Amino acid sequence: MANIKTSEKKSKAQSMGMHTEVLTGRTQQKFFNPDEAENFYYFGTYDVDFNKRTDLDVMNMSAPEANKEIDNLMSQGYGTIVIKNPQGKHSLGVGILNKLNLIFEGSLGYFGMGSCDGPIVRINGRVGWSCAENLMAGKVVIEKNAGSCFGAAIRGGDLICKGSVGARTGIDMKGGTIIIGGDAGAFTGFMMQRGRIIILGDVGINLGDSMYDGTIFVGGEIGSYGSDAVDAELTASDQDWLRRKLKVAEIGEDFDVSKMKKIVAGKKLWNYDNLEPTEKKGAI
Amino acid sequence: MCGIAGLIHRGKSSNVGSELQGMLQALKHRGEDSTGYALYGDTDGKNFIMRFKVGENVGEGSSSVMEDVSVYDERKKIVDQTLSEMGAKIIKEERTLPYSLRYEVDYETKDLLDFSQRIESIPGVEILSMGKSLEVIKDLGNAKMVCDRYSLDKLVGTHAIGHARMATESGVDIKSAHPFWGYPFSDVSVVHNGQLTNYWNNRRVLENKGMRFMSECDSELIAVYIAQKMREGASLEEGMKDSLTGLDGVFTYFVATKDSLGMAKDTMAAKPLVLYESDDLVAMGSEEIAIRSVLPHEIDTYDPFDGEVKVWQI
Repeated sequence: MANIKTSEKKSKAQSMGMHTEVLTGRTQQKFFNPDEAENFYYFGTYDVDFNKRTDLDVMNMSAPEANKEIDNLMSQGYGTIVIKNPQGKHSLGVGILNKLNLIFEGSLGYFGMGSCDGPIVRINGRVGWSCAENLMAGKVVIEKNAGSCFGAAIRGGDLICKGSVGARTGIDMKGGTIIIGGDAGAFTGFMMQRGRIIILGDVGINLGDSMYDGTIFVGGEIGSYGSDAVDAELTASDQDWLRRKLKVAEIGEDFDVSKMKKIVAGKKLWNYDNLEPTEKKGAI
Repeated sequence: MCGIAGLIHRGKSSNVGSELQGMLQALKHRGEDSTGYALYGDTDGKNFIMRFKVGENVGEGSSSVMEDVSVYDERKKIVDQTLSEMGAKIIKEERTLPYSLRYEVDYETKDLLDFSQRIESIPGVEILSMGKSLEVIKDLGNAKMVCDRYSLDKLVGTHAIGHARMATESGVDIKSAHPFWGYPFSDVSVVHNGQLTNYWNNRRVLENKGMRFMSECDSELIAVYIAQKMREGASLEEGMKDSLTGLDGVFTYFVATKDSLGMAKDTMAAKPLVLYESDDLVAMGSEEIAIRSVLPHEIDTYDPFDGEVKVWQI
């Protein structure tokens, strides 16, 4: 078995387009070549037409019934679904693995939009704990506030909350971008491993505690820094990216990003930059 | 995992018994070993309302035992006699269940400590609540079962807090159920979701100061802790803020008094709470679906932050 820790194997991985930067531990890594067409197949995915639109009133449905009906509508080709009366129900919209324009006319409870890959979602209300947990790709926009563990363990996509969020936002996140228009609670970015978090307002205590990697941008006051979280220089490139991201997110377009603070992990974690198991196979 | 809920109407009364039942029933998946209500009803304020039990409803893991009704009858007689000896006159008496009683008592006092100690010195007797407005009702089962059993749905008042319990730290019985009365303070009650990790240290200190514990449920510590702070001269809000450092662990809890309702969240924000606030109503619960049971239309809610303490007046 090859030793993947050798610099030779790292070079091979880079030559395969699995990442394009020198691994220093403090950078955002790109593990897939965006020019390569991906050919993933998920069971239960559908070809949908965004112009085919329907409403779904879930007032008298349980969460499993509502999710099953969303799945049924997607199977009929509906690409735009408007959910009426979600009433704070838990686990709505979970496990959607294809492109879909999904609109919630109201608030969600816990675990809304969990384990999704691809949908574009707008929630015209509030969300409870662990919204969009494990999001792989797509975009979720929350018009009001969000509970704790917002965007826990996401790997990709854009997760936007126009209001304030609770504690442990972006906990264990491994990629993607989380954007908060208001304030964020304690332990934001706790154990985050990759990705970026943007907070336009204030943030609570222990920001970025035990973060491995990734970047946090804060526009307001910071309650306190967590273990090993340190300030970093806000570069011109960072500012360009922030402006672009805020514009796309339809939030804080006029925000003065030049005054934002940039927080990164201050400690090099040994072996952390080694490849993940699936990439290891390709490198060997 | 437990569920807590509370609401306070500002400037008016409402059917808080029914409203809280709906909120707690929406949270029953968080635990239905027992359910408890602390209801602040509309009264003339002349007499004390004493809710007490003379026996237990014993569930899984309880250290208590089921007893014969004749034992309850005997204890009730001793309670009646003790009240008479203390100069307390029973104005009205209700016996909802063999072990659960409600007395309206004419009693002139400022400190209920001596009163409570004498009543609770009777073996098997525990005062669940004492106040001019507060009534604590708790028993095994989910919110609807308890509400139906005690006919709480018609109670009109200004505010209420409640608890749906999944027993973890102690057994399933009434003595371990929430809410806890803020002994020996009139009209103070507490519900809690979480775990306290310095329970025994704090309990020993408080017992040395003369405070009493009726259960081994860690949540009872919050009621006793705040009551002790208030005995020392702190306001409710000051006592709650002090608890953020004095209590170790993870918690979200509510405290209610005759005319106020407060919430506190630990510094790690490890336990959930969703809050709705308007000029005439504050409603809060472990999950938004609890609030939705009283406000089904679209509303703005939010999660209080870590280390946050809030108090509202009626």
